Amino acid sequence: MTNNKKRYVLNLAAVILLFVVFKLLMGSGIIDSYYEGILILVGINIILATSLNMTTGFLGELTLGHAGFMAVGAYASAIFTMNTNMQISDTLILLISLLIGGIIAGICGFVVGVPALRLRGDYLGIITLGFGEIIRVILVNLDITGGALGLRGIMPYSNFTNIYWIMAIIVMIIFSLMNSRHGRSIISIRENEIASEAVGINTSFYKIFTFVLSAFFAGIAGGLFAHYMMVLDPKKFNFMFSIEILVMVVLGGMGSITGSIIAAIILTFLPELLRGLSDYRLLIYALLLLVMMLFRPKGLLGTKEFSLFGRRSKEDVKTSGLGGEE
Amino acid sequence: MAILEAKNIGIQFGGLKAVDKFNLEIFENEIVGLIGPNGAGKTTTFNMLTGVYQPTSGDIFVEEESILGLKPNQTVSKGLARTFQNIRLFGELSVIDNIKIAFQKNMSYSILSGILKTPKYWTEERIADQKARELLDIFDMEHLAGVTAKNLPYGRQRKLEIARALATDPKVLMLDEPAAGMNPQETRELMDTISFIKDKFDVSILLIEHDMNLVMGICERIVVLNYGVLLAQGTPEEIRNNPQVIKAYLGE
Repeated sequence: MTNNKKRYVLNLAAVILLFVVFKLLMGSGIIDSYYEGILILVGINIILATSLNMTTGFLGELTLGHAGFMAVGAYASAIFTMNTNMQISDTLILLISLLIGGIIAGICGFVVGVPALRLRGDYLGIITLGFGEIIRVILVNLDITGGALGLRGIMPYSNFTNIYWIMAIIVMIIFSLMNSRHGRSIISIRENEIASEAVGINTSFYKIFTFVLSAFFAGIAGGLFAHYMMVLDPKKFNFMFSIEILVMVVLGGMGSITGSIIAAIILTFLPELLRGLSDYRLLIYALLLLVMMLFRPKGLLGTKEFSLFGRRSKEDVKTSGLGGEE
Repeated sequence: MAILEAKNIGIQFGGLKAVDKFNLEIFENEIVGLIGPNGAGKTTTFNMLTGVYQPTSGDIFVEEESILGLKPNQTVSKGLARTFQNIRLFGELSVIDNIKIAFQKNMSYSILSGILKTPKYWTEERIADQKARELLDIFDMEHLAGVTAKNLPYGRQRKLEIARALATDPKVLMLDEPAAGMNPQETRELMDTISFIKDKFDVSILLIEHDMNLVMGICERIVVLNYGVLLAQGTPEEIRNNPQVIKAYLGE
């Protein structure tokens, strides 16, 4: 156990170190603004993938409307910052707007989740898919969201620093939660819902809780996205985007947080790296996924985790069933 | 005083009365067998007692407190634990995690303190880990703590499921066909385990079983169910010689 505690501290140190390295590279111009932009998108995608992993990987419920929750958060926080005239620092306004975006997305998650989580598997998938589309259509038809033209003139509050830290905090929260008795309860629902109830776990509560928290984080990712892009286009949040996030989760391994992180990095960089091949890049992207699913159907990491600070000892991995930390 | 008491419970699925006017009393520290031909309503009775199904008539009491209308996870906190006919483990998780998940009663740290890893988290997790290992040790499975549950041999999976039910600290342990699929050697071992559990954990045990050697061997009292109604009840000797029971099992 003391060993575990030490690892949490070491990983925190590693996260700080990584940030310093990135900052130095940016300061010296090795990472130019083009790559910085990609890194920002990587950060947002990591939040989306890890939060979706909570419901799809750990809780074991298929949801196809994650982009919908992100859209709610994006628009809610952008509309807040555009209409507020609070005289406080930009970062503080961003944080408040993210909280508002996250909470509204969480409320949507609750409204959709309560009836939807009575269903399982494909049925829940279809309901969340429907929700995502409803959100998109509403965004196109409302005046306050700028309609089909999109929302313009959003303040550029997001930058690499705040996205990096918000991402790190969210990943730590998810990881830490999954390594507690509550996380074990969530995983037990995936493994066998009937048995989980039979040992005294309030499955309805944990299902709704996970679903709402996942929507909340998606909303925050949306808020960060809005304040980085400065323009929101409803078309961005279509069904395909939900699928893209799901692909990250599946590719990284359902139930592996570090897997989601790696997959989010690869799948954000890959289309950019293949830009030279013009249209063929879509072909290569698809082929890569096919090959991946044929040879590693459980994803890159399966349900395993690895740590920034070395691997967990064998005994720990064996007895926790959850693997190491980020 | 009966620990678990079912008064006149019955359940109807459409026009079918699966169980009707069934009475059951379980006293402290006894082993009761629930037997009956296939389709007699044994598992349905289990499901009613543990809150999976709600009886359409009658009432159920745990220590004279009605548990009618409670969900399965709430009946667990009242002291009823069960295993399943077809083993239901958390297959992809380790043996020890299977046990820890059932320790909800002993752990009270909130979601927030789980995330922030407060001292309470570390203390309770340490105690849970220790207790889980002790429990596994009793079943001679401590060395298997890190093994993925689905990779255990069949007999051990049964044992693990029983250990997991015991981790909820029950007053009545309900076993649904614990010997299903076991060979005679494993069944004998299981009989020893069940008697041992009764003494060690001071629980009452209600078990459904088709293996008559097991039922006659360890049950102090046997309840026979046929077509959803109580057919007979008594000591193994009485049941063995009851003409109605013989008729229900073997025909005229």
